[in-house]
Amino acid sequence: MRTVVSVLVSGLSRIGLWGRGVVVAVPYLWLMLFFLVPFLIVFGISFSESIIAQPPYSSLVEWLTDEDAGTSKLQILLNISNYFRLGGDDLYILAYLNSLKIAAVTTLLCLAIGYPMAYAIAKADPARRGPLMMLVILPFWTSFLIRIYAWIGILKGNGVISNLLEWAGITSGPVEILYSDWAVYIGMTYCYLPFMVLPLYSTLEKMDPSLLEAAADLGSRPFRSFLQITLPLSLPGIVAGSLLVFIPAVGEFVTPELLGGPDTLMIGRVLWNEFFANRDWPVASAVAIALLLVLVVPIMIFQHVQGKQAEAGR
Amino acid sequence: MAGQPIRKPTRLEPWQDAGQTPYVRIEKVTKTFGDFVAVDEVSLSIYRNEFFALLGGSGSGKTTLLRMLAGFEQPTEGKIFIDGVDMAGIPPYERPVNMMFQSYALFPHMTVEQNVAFGLKQDGVAKAEIRDRVAEMLGMVQLSAFGKRRPHQLSGGQRQRVALARSLVKRPKLLLLDEPLGALDKKLRERTQFELVNIQEKLGVTFIVVTHDQEEAMTMSSRIAVMNHGVIAQVGTPTEIYEYPHTRFVAEFIGSINMFDGRVVSTEGDQVIVASEDAGCELLIAHATPAPAGSPVSVAIRPEKIALSKDPVADGDGRNRTTGIVREIAYLGDVSIYLVQLPTGKTVRVTAPNVTRRTEMPITWEDEVTLTWRPFAGVVLTQ
Ligand SMILES: Nc1ncnc2c1ncn2[C@@H]1O[C@H](COP(=O)(O)OP(=O)(O)O)[C@@H](O)[C@H]1O
Ligand SMILES: [Mg+2]
Repeated sequence: MRTVVSVLVSGLSRIGLWGRGVVVAVPYLWLMLFFLVPFLIVFGISFSESIIAQPPYSSLVEWLTDEDAGTSKLQILLNISNYFRLGGDDLYILAYLNSLKIAAVTTLLCLAIGYPMAYAIAKADPARRGPLMMLVILPFWTSFLIRIYAWIGILKGNGVISNLLEWAGITSGPVEILYSDWAVYIGMTYCYLPFMVLPLYSTLEKMDPSLLEAAADLGSRPFRSFLQITLPLSLPGIVAGSLLVFIPAVGEFVTPELLGGPDTLMIGRVLWNEFFANRDWPVASAVAIALLLVLVVPIMIFQHVQGKQAEAGR
Repeated sequence: MAGQPIRKPTRLEPWQDAGQTPYVRIEKVTKTFGDFVAVDEVSLSIYRNEFFALLGGSGSGKTTLLRMLAGFEQPTEGKIFIDGVDMAGIPPYERPVNMMFQSYALFPHMTVEQNVAFGLKQDGVAKAEIRDRVAEMLGMVQLSAFGKRRPHQLSGGQRQRVALARSLVKRPKLLLLDEPLGALDKKLRERTQFELVNIQEKLGVTFIVVTHDQEEAMTMSSRIAVMNHGVIAQVGTPTEIYEYPHTRFVAEFIGSINMFDGRVVSTEGDQVIVASEDAGCELLIAHATPAPAGSPVSVAIRPEKIALSKDPVADGDGRNRTTGIVREIAYLGDVSIYLVQLPTGKTVRVTAPNVTRRTEMPITWEDEVTLTWRPFAGVVLTQ
């Protein structure tokens, strides 16, 4: 064992990977192992055929031996029909579009609620900011599922909201918000709000308050100062928060599954159905790869903005 | 050392003229933060076209006073009038005042041009006029070539000039400057002092400038208010502050000074005679505020007003004359500083111009020397 390690170390150091190299190599190895390799596996499965076997997909590469002719051949079968099915079936396209719509609405709702929150916290007495941010993060300390179940209790007919409305005389009889797109919006906005507040708060808190004083001094009223100074300077926070909400929201599964109605079509649910109900791993993999492509665009925008920000030296 | 005043001596002195109305009137203004009194019953009158300096150590309340003029802080007590209008409740964006911030506070997401244009844009000035005035302003601060740059692409001195241009472009009647030259190195600072004075005279703007640098205040301003712990210790022209300090604090804050403690022996007209153990002789002070005989006073004498000589010529009444031994000499090029120890143990600081070359210098270490000064040299301080 010791010799294996020493051989490895000497081998690595010969190619200049020991010491400082290792510090860089370890995270890359980690990414290779747990991101790139699974990705390649899923990518591979997306080109196979569904079969009733264990595992439930055909192998891409096969070694065929023809006993009669006495010949052998290597056969590589790439089944691209899985991707055609995504394009051909309305279900998938609708699911993608609906996922994008729900993620976009969630992002906008998070921004609309999160920006004033982050702004108020950043403007609060410095001694209060820590506890206030703590409260924003506090929900993470309990299980995500428990929080979603709590929302079921709040949103269902004869639930908290329904009873409250009835008690106030606004409605007569139970109101069912649960199992609708509205319930999904409420649940997802609630879940992802901290991801919006955190980056917004950090950009707003960093902002030099004397900039607003300078703007006022030059004749700008408070609201115009907000539009001309605060908003543009918090743009990196808006972009970061929006992507942190949008990207996971597109692939969200649990919230729409528990709070959404039967017609709340989201790509996460389609994926789940293909994997576990239909046991069609190849199509499920194709769905996953296509989802990744949909998300790569916003991720690249994010990288671009971050790069520009680093360049601006702030 | 006091700087050389760089403004022309022919200036008007509106504060001497009872018929003038002050442009800025600060009346018994107090500002407290919790229990802490940052500005304490300050009253000041500042006239049109003045270059007025607020001078004081760190934490003496200069910035707080300036921020109350700009409208960022409200006085806890007292009133501020600008051009006769009570400023109570008037927000910063409605005051006829612009401020140049200590940190410059340039908008990082805007170019130099956009920064300078900002104030005009708020007033809805026509696009073409904005363009012209911004160009004119950038020309004046010699930044025409830098209009398209962002603040982070500029040096400290260039940023300072953008901040100045931005605060001047609206042609305010009153410009407030908070330590405008603080971040600049010594050479650039001296040059900018001249530029600021030139701009102020050319545009006819009233400047109120905060500084902790007494030399800067002496060089640039028409009048100085010396602040200490939120209180105005003295207001006057640079010469008045330097030559006739009212208190020990002012005397010691501005330049260096020798203090002799003693008691008043007699007062004849405006001549006061003080007996001082410190000095080892009687001190005769002309043009002093009369003080009752026997009362304890300090006599302050500037180092450059004391003459140093190796000849023990004894004449006159022995007043304003004492002897000591040279303990230290610091050669500064144009002048030398001598530290002379008196038999009483007191060390006196004397500066003398180096009229001759160092090698011919007649006075050297451990020489016994006679110190003399004229009756007009000393100032009697009762506090
Ligand atoms: N917003 C504030 N809250 C509490 N104390 C303050 C505030 N602003 C200034 N002070 C205090 O008031 C005093 C004077 O401050 P400042 O006017 O900035 O002094 P200077 O500009 O002369 O250095 C300082 O002791 C400072 O700590
Ligand atoms: Mg200050």
